[in-house]
Amino acid sequence: MVQSINHNANTGPLPDFRNFGILLRIVLIVNGIALLAALLQVPTVRAWPAQFTENAALVEPLLILSLLVLAVVGDLLRRLPYAMAISAIVLIELGLTAALHFATKDLFFVDAHSLPRWLLIVALTTGMLLVYFDLRGRALSPALAEARLQALQARIRPHFLFNSINAVLSLVRQEPRRAEAALEDLAGLFRALMADNSQLTPISREIELCRQYLDLEQLRLGERLRVEWHIENMPPDALVPLLALQPLLENAVYHGIEPAETPGVVSITIHVARDRLHVVLRNPYRVTGDHHVGNKMALANIRERLQLHFDVAAELTTQIGENTFEVRMVMPYLKAE
Amino acid sequence: MTSIPRRVLIVDDEAPARSRMRDLLADVNAGLPVVVAGEAANGRDALQIAETGGVDVALLDVRMPGMDGIELARHLQQLQSPPAVIFTTAYDAYAIQAFELHVVDYLLKPIKASRLQEALSRVVQTPVLNPETLRSMQQAPRACLSVGERGRVHLIPVEEILYLRAELKYITVRTAVREYLIEESLTQLEQEFAERFVRIHRNCLVARAAIRGFERVGAESGEGPWQVVLAGLEERIPVSRRQQHIVRELAR
Repeated sequence: MVQSINHNANTGPLPDFRNFGILLRIVLIVNGIALLAALLQVPTVRAWPAQFTENAALVEPLLILSLLVLAVVGDLLRRLPYAMAISAIVLIELGLTAALHFATKDLFFVDAHSLPRWLLIVALTTGMLLVYFDLRGRALSPALAEARLQALQARIRPHFLFNSINAVLSLVRQEPRRAEAALEDLAGLFRALMADNSQLTPISREIELCRQYLDLEQLRLGERLRVEWHIENMPPDALVPLLALQPLLENAVYHGIEPAETPGVVSITIHVARDRLHVVLRNPYRVTGDHHVGNKMALANIRERLQLHFDVAAELTTQIGENTFEVRMVMPYLKAE
Repeated sequence: MTSIPRRVLIVDDEAPARSRMRDLLADVNAGLPVVVAGEAANGRDALQIAETGGVDVALLDVRMPGMDGIELARHLQQLQSPPAVIFTTAYDAYAIQAFELHVVDYLLKPIKASRLQEALSRVVQTPVLNPETLRSMQQAPRACLSVGERGRVHLIPVEEILYLRAELKYITVRTAVREYLIEESLTQLEQEFAERFVRIHRNCLVARAAIRGFERVGAESGEGPWQVVLAGLEERIPVSRRQQHIVRELAR
């Protein structure tokens, strides 16, 4: 089950038609073809711009309409097997061409017999674009994506590592047993950080890691750090990318608890709503001039990993309230076997 | 080696880090006489201990809530005989870079006893920290300004300051309660606290949050220059001709 989920959940070769980059590529390529076609149509270079304008008048409405339709049905298409999705796209394009042709016939005085020619042009252009996106998808994944995933996970904050080791050292003489437990936590955390984590993992495992992490922080910060778990309604079998939550907690402690003179609460709420897993994390936050890039890096890192696993179906948003900072992670609820 | 023990102040917001430092100092004591003069979890407590005059060396953690180690070092310089300062940090790329640049003593946590002993034996020769150096190392705006008064350090929380006015050599710091004189540059203060203060005159910065309104001097004619009304202060501060646009921007 896990295997097949991964297969489907990974970025498929089907482009995401709501992605700005993809849209831009389509617009540029189609206009590039129109430009080239114009050059082929005219006898002299001087007539080229005029011909391009004429071509654009025919191409642009279809292009815009296609992008709108694909953006709307993109999610549906994604669920189909690749071959079927491709055929569906070609059919949609042909249908739109025909519809546009009949709708604008009176407007533009287009020759009624030109329809087959246009259908052929559109089919070929669509096919070309799809081949291009397929090749591009292959180039980007999965080997490259996996390598990147591992590099991303390597970024644990040295601040945390060295402070924790220092805290453990302080225990060695007086409380050797607590020192042992702390070292075990540290080992557990680093085992997870260094393992091959390109797979999804049950959220209960991630929570365990988070608790190990928080125990270590509690050692250093004592009363200053209070943690509230609201996970009564969390399905323990939900799948998440490993280390999706722990870095967020690290952020919360680093930016919310450590700089505060008074004790603060980090709260974690996890639940499922409408087949989506919601993870909400809140921590106290005081607006100061002290803006570290570390925060944004960790968020971008997790956002990227969510994208690699779930593409557009997952999102990570942040909200700065009066005295709180909130991170909300939403992803599809996938069950472990 | 000298037989008079060095009196060391430990400043760190994390209890385990302080306890580790205590253990280390006990280890060092065999080779170099040291005594713990005190322990503080924050800058204010540290200043209070240092004011007693019984501190030769202060071991300051860089990253602390409220007042960081570098700010604390700046306030310590207001003492008549400030202690030597050694910074400690687990990892702070910016701070380490700054320490290296200015050849300021620092120790990386976890600290080795031998390294600590080496640093402590060296402090006698280290020159007193230069205020300019400390200023350039400060990343975030300070929580307080400070004045040395008869061997004590008086902290002025920045949020209590109503205005800062440059006069000749000094800067007058006005709070609702009283005035202080500090030796700093108004331009540097303006840069450091850009979000909190606004310049209304060539020689004056006022706290944005304290502004209650603006008045014209000749109330009858209504043509005179503008003055700022500040919360809890009878005194009116003139707005210079050049800064008149501030009145429109701030008085909504």
